[in-house]
Amino acid sequence: MSSNAEKGFPISHVVGFLISLILTFAAAWIALKTTLSIKVIMWIIGSLAVFQAGLQLVMFMHMTEGEDGKVNIINITYGAFMAAVIVLGSIWVLTSGHAAH
Amino acid sequence: MSANLTASSDLPLEYQSEQSKMNILGFWIFLGAEIVLFATLFGVYGVLAERHAGGPTQQDIFVIKDVLIQTVLLLTSSFTCGIAIFEMRRNRLKGLITWLVITLLLGGGFLFMEINEFIHYVHEGAALQTSAFTSSLLVLLGTHGAHVALGIGWAILIIMQLLKRGLTTETTRKTFIIGLYWHFLDVVWIFIFTFVYLEGLVG
Repeated sequence: MSSNAEKGFPISHVVGFLISLILTFAAAWIALKTTLSIKVIMWIIGSLAVFQAGLQLVMFMHMTEGEDGKVNIINITYGAFMAAVIVLGSIWVLTSGHAAH
Repeated sequence: MSANLTASSDLPLEYQSEQSKMNILGFWIFLGAEIVLFATLFGVYGVLAERHAGGPTQQDIFVIKDVLIQTVLLLTSSFTCGIAIFEMRRNRLKGLITWLVITLLLGGGFLFMEINEFIHYVHEGAALQTSAFTSSLLVLLGTHGAHVALGIGWAILIIMQLLKRGLTTETTRKTFIIGLYWHFLDVVWIFIFTFVYLEGLVG
């Protein structure tokens, strides 16, 4: 168990929190203070968001621990896949698809 | 309390009964469904975000400073909630309850900011029925905010049980599950922050 490795001080929580704060402000800075194209900005901050979400799932929610850790990973990965299909699929069909005609 | 901990293996208390394991697994499956629920709302917003119908746009109404404050409040509350579970696993009831209360205060602060944000939007002429953009925006934000409000009420009930019964296999399982729920709300917020607020202010 990961909890046994850190008896006295919640080091993984503190590290996860600091990384999350850095990612949040990095995303805001890249989005608002740089002159990159919108496409590049969205790819960068989108990746940062996915990374930060993964961080929360593993470091704060202990997704991978316990006997059902593997089931959790499959379940959440499937949920994320469905989310991507729903969001990107809707935008693709209703925006880009429409614009092609 | 400590007698419970020595009962079996080195598993945390919340995993020590078959019922608890099933409940935690079940809650993870519920979170999978929640991901899809929010995905539908993100999908709607993604499609309708540029349909302003002559009304206010993202750049007219979003206030980046307030958004950052909300983000830090919720992110910090997710962290303090993690510390609460950490304390629970060290068998410290007092620490657990203290950090849970801090978590709820931060969550309450977030909710206060969000309600003010909605009032600000309405004053700016961006109400629920103004345009497809404002409808989809407020439904997405409102669904998340409603989850936070529900989480606060739920956590208060859990704290009352903890005060009454202490750390048992049941109360630790319930506390762990509300913890999962709370972290999940922060995960959703990361995507709202990125794909609603930041994208809106860039584009």
